[in-house]
This record gives sequence, structure tokens and C-alpha cells, in this order.
Amino acid sequence: MATRATDPCGRTGRKLAIFLQLTLNGLAVGCIYGLVALGFVLIYKATELVNFAQGDLLMLGAFVTFMGVVWWELDYWVAFFIAIVVVSAFGALLDATVLRRVIGQPQFAVVMLTIGLGAMFRTFASVTWGSEIYTLPTPFSGVTVIGGVTLSHQYLSIVAGTLLLCGVLYAFFTHTRIGIAMQATSQNQLAAYYMGIPVKLIFSLIWAISAGTAVVAGVLLAPVTLIDINMGLAVALKAFAAAVLGGFGSIPGALVGGIIIGLIELYAGATLPEGFKDTAPYIVLLLMLAVRPQGLFGTLARKKV
Amino acid sequence: MRFLFKTSYAQDIQLFRDRVDAGWYGLLAVVVLLLPAVISDYYVGEVAWVFIYAICGVSLMVLVGYTGLISLGHAAFLGIGAYAHAYFLQHGMPWVVSVVLAIVITTACGIIVGLPALRMTGIYLAIATLAFSVIIQEVFSRWESVTHGFAGMPVGKPVIFGLSFDSDLAFYYLCLFFLVITLWLTRNLLRAPTGRAWVAIRDSEIAAQSMGVNLAIYKSMAFAYSAALMGLAGALFAHKIAYLAPDIFTILLSIQLLLLVIVGGLGSLHGAIFGAIFVALLPPVIAILRDSIPASLADATAATGIGLFGLIGEGIGSFLRKPGVEAGIFGLILVLVILLEPRGMYGRWLKTRIFFSTFPMYKRATFKRQKTYMKSERLR
Repeated sequence: MATRATDPCGRTGRKLAIFLQLTLNGLAVGCIYGLVALGFVLIYKATELVNFAQGDLLMLGAFVTFMGVVWWELDYWVAFFIAIVVVSAFGALLDATVLRRVIGQPQFAVVMLTIGLGAMFRTFASVTWGSEIYTLPTPFSGVTVIGGVTLSHQYLSIVAGTLLLCGVLYAFFTHTRIGIAMQATSQNQLAAYYMGIPVKLIFSLIWAISAGTAVVAGVLLAPVTLIDINMGLAVALKAFAAAVLGGFGSIPGALVGGIIIGLIELYAGATLPEGFKDTAPYIVLLLMLAVRPQGLFGTLARKKV
Repeated sequence: MRFLFKTSYAQDIQLFRDRVDAGWYGLLAVVVLLLPAVISDYYVGEVAWVFIYAICGVSLMVLVGYTGLISLGHAAFLGIGAYAHAYFLQHGMPWVVSVVLAIVITTACGIIVGLPALRMTGIYLAIATLAFSVIIQEVFSRWESVTHGFAGMPVGKPVIFGLSFDSDLAFYYLCLFFLVITLWLTRNLLRAPTGRAWVAIRDSEIAAQSMGVNLAIYKSMAFAYSAALMGLAGALFAHKIAYLAPDIFTILLSIQLLLLVIVGGLGSLHGAIFGAIFVALLPPVIAILRDSIPASLADATAATGIGLFGLIGEGIGSFLRKPGVEAGIFGLILVLVILLEPRGMYGRWLKTRIFFSTFPMYKRATFKRQKTYMKSERLR
């Protein structure tokens, strides 16, 4: 007691350590939201469809990896790779068979369509894998302690994975022919089509990429939240808030929005009364929308008559 | 086929199209009034659910189907109505006063949510209402002095002016009464300038604005009216469910209500009723099929000696018994309706009716939608 009174530095140090701890965890959770929001935004930018089934694609990815690792006893990385390939292919197939037919219909119809698809995926998962809660064994299980801050390798893997994926996607969109074709398509479909870009194929590829990011998010998240059929829903709602916070249609906005939502969630959970952990992100979102309805990075365009 | 020759403007907006139409609705009224005499008590209770869902459907139809505003948070209004009604009843208010207060409170909430919504459209509005509903749900579970949190809140049977509505039959007529009032009010609003302004906003905000429709006022009105109906539905919902808990009013309920208006058919009051029948009666139908399909197919095996029928029946039965299958069936129907019949059940009914009334001359192109190219919502 006496030492504490004479040594305020230690107390501040401990507070700082807690703060850093929260920041790191918030950053990790925020990265997951950011990745899912990135999936939303990629699809929205290209096709103007809002995909509410993004969270359920995440769930499917986590389950496929789980099946690979636990049922077939594959290596973690092999199972991860298989999950990305399978779910991406599924995303492309979904676009080619179902979602292409609703392009041009009111946005609301598409939202409901993807909500319906999400419900079907959850039922599929519950029939195929059962509705229990599963744990996914991962190579990242240890912790590193630096100056009172516990760095869990699970959280570090999330942050590293997000950074890596964003780097890869950035390089892909700016330095490859097909990536630039995707940018062109999302700017002006008709012009892109006239330039000889296969627009339908590009849309399917974007769905595949978006499903792939969802899988990465799902597998990285799996050790933290465990795997069950509803894991996608909660994440998708928060990620959706993140995408809107950043301004729907802005890729950096999605990531920044995700990280903001993650940090707010963790800080609110630690400092505010119980119950604010889940609502604080939405309160901030509502305030933000009241002040800046187009989001942080969004641009407001007027419709011309 | 009947041909209507309209000679005045008033004829165009009258309540029923003509006497024949009025006659059909009269017949429907007689059928609905006499229905409890024919069906068992269990189904009287289920049909009361249809009436409550229909009020919710009309409420959401006004907002989504007629004004074109998306709400992913209508379950919150239902919850506010239900909890407010239960709270006032618990504190000894008379039934009528309690319902009126519940409606006033929900309407006020509707206006509060509607205010920021004036600046938002499309997906932003959807997420804002969703955020509102998440926050309200947390309020339901934390504000224990009023809502009793997760311990739950019992709601008694309605007693109105000393009359107790404690049987399923009495409650059936109570719900029917409020549904008819709701439909009558809404139909009158929709054929008045207010309703036409709402439809104008739905079809084109800019065109409506140029014709002198005040967007802010009419959008707030749509939100307020929709919330008020939800408050009424919430009060009846509270009695019907008899025990309120915060986890009833989740986003899944909001989605179910949206499913109701879409499957029923956006932009028609008939659609709200059709959708309510669908949403309220599908779960009991699934429950019946769960047992009857394996049983009947087992009978087929016994009769024909082919074991395959029995195996298929067992397969379907065990599939339907798995948890979460009901949500998947709802999802599948939603997907099919949006892909194949965007006008919903009412649209299908309209097409069937016109097919028969114009029998050899039916043209599919009558209902063909204009070809839409990519309508960009980015530049609105």
C-alpha cells in the first residue's frame, strides 16, 4: 500500500498496460470486422448488390476448415487453403446462378434475397455439421508477454493475416491486368464492357475474392469465438455497421470503420456499465450517421434529373 | 369479364371498386366471422396470430411497400408497444387507456427514428433502423425496473370495460376487430392525398418533391403511422404471447416481418394479409408435415411393398426435425419469391384472376416489367 502511494508511476504503468492490451485486442477484433466489411464493399462497389450473406460465408469457411482439420486430420494450412478454394468457388457459383438475375432490381429486394440465402446456409451448416459449438485447433496458441502486455498469438495472427491479405489485394487490384479490369468495371460497367472486359466473369471473380476474404476472416476468428452456425451473424452485423461507418463503397473506409468499431467495442466493454459492449458501436454509428450521413470516407453525390 | 366505365373522379378512389367487389368482401367478412364455429380451438388461436401478423404487415407495408423506406428494425417498435402496454396494465391502467398510451409512445419513438432517417436512403436507412433495434433490445434486457429483463414479464388476459377476453374465441374477435379498423384506416389514408404522396415518394423522390410533396413531413408521417400500428400490434402480441422476454424482439423477428410483406406482395394491402397467413401458418404446417409425411409414406410401403418410400419418408421426417430447418425453409421461399415472383402472392393471385377473366386472350406481357438496366443508386 505504501509503495503504491509513493510510486504513482507503477499505477500509471499498469493502466497503460491495460490500455495497450485493450487496444491490441480491439485492433484484432476490428481487423475481423474490417475484413468482412471489405467483402461487403468489394461486392457493392462492383455490382451494387449488398450481400447480407457475407457473415454466413465466413461461417461456411470456418466449418470447412474445421472439417478438414478435425474430421480428415489434414494440416491446418492445407485445410485453410481448401476452405478458401471451396468457398470462393461457391461464391462465384452463387453469383453466376442466383445473384446475376437480380441486378437492377431494387436494392431492398437484393438485401432480402441475401438474407434468405444466409438463412439457407445456416440450415445447411446445422444439418451437415450439427448445431454444437466446435473448437478449431490452430498453430497459434501461445502468448508472448512484453512489459505487462499479453500478446496472444491468436490476436497477433489476426492482425498479421489482415495486413497480409490487404497487401495482396492491393497489389492485385493495382498491378495485375485483371485487377485493373475490376477497377474499371466498378467505375463504369458499360464502358468496361465496350472495352472488351468480360463483365459477367469479373463479377463472379469479385464474388469469389469477397468469399475468400470472408473465409480468411472466419478461420482467423475461429479460435477466438469458436465455431457455431450463428458465428457469422453477429460478426456480419457489426461489420455492416463498420462498412457504413467508413462510407459504404470505400475500401480504406471499410478497414478503418472495422478497426474503429472493434476498438469502441473493447473500450466500452472495459469502462462502461455492462450492456454497452454490444450497443456502443451502434450508438456511435447512429451519431455518425446523424452528423455525416454518407459515412467517414463516403462521397455525397446529387442525383441529376 | 366486367368492364368498368368510370364517369367521375370520385369513382376512381372509392373504397370498393364496384358492387360486385363489395359483395365479395361482404362474403369474406361473413366467412371470417363464422370461421371459429367450424375450426377447432387450436386453429382459432393460430388464426388470431394471423390477424396480429396482418396488423404488423400493414404497418410495414405502409413504410416499405408504399413509401419505399426500408426498416430492418420493426421488431423494436413491436417490442416497445408490447412492453409499454404490459407495464401500464401492471400499474392498473384500464385496457383502453393502456393501449392508447402504448400507441402514443411507439408513435413518438417512430418520429424520433424517422427524423435522422429523413436524410438517409436505401442501405444507410436499413442499417440505422437495425442499430436502433439492437439498442432497444439491449434496453429491454437492462431496464429491469420496467421490463424485468430476462426474468420476463407476464401479461394477463385483456379485460375491456369489465368484459374479460380470456377465451381464444373472444380474443379472436378482438384481434379481428382491430385488424378491420387498421385496414379501414390505412385504406382510407392510402386513397387520400397522404397515401398518394407516399406512393409518389416511393416512385421518385425528386419527382415528388417537384410536385410539391414535402419529403420531410410525409416521410415522418409514414414512420409515425407505421410505428403506431406496430404499437397496436404489440399490445395484442403481448396478450397473445402472455410472457414478454427481450429475446423475442430480435432482428430475426424484423426479418420475418419483412419476409411477410415481400412474400405477400409489396405495394398492396392484400399482400400484407396473404403474407400474414403465410408467416403465421407455415410453422404449424411444417409441424404437421414432419409427422404426416413419414407416416403416409410408411403406409405406402406397407401397401406396395416397396421399401424405398418408407426410407424417403424417414429421411424427410428426420430432416424436418433438425433444429433450424424452419429458418432455412423460410429463406428458400424468400429466395424463390424474389427470383420468380417479385410481386409476391398477391401478384400471383392477380395474374391467375386475369388469366381466367380474359381466358383465351391472356397475354403474359401484361405483367412484364420494363427491362431494367443497371439502375445506379450511387448517383441519387
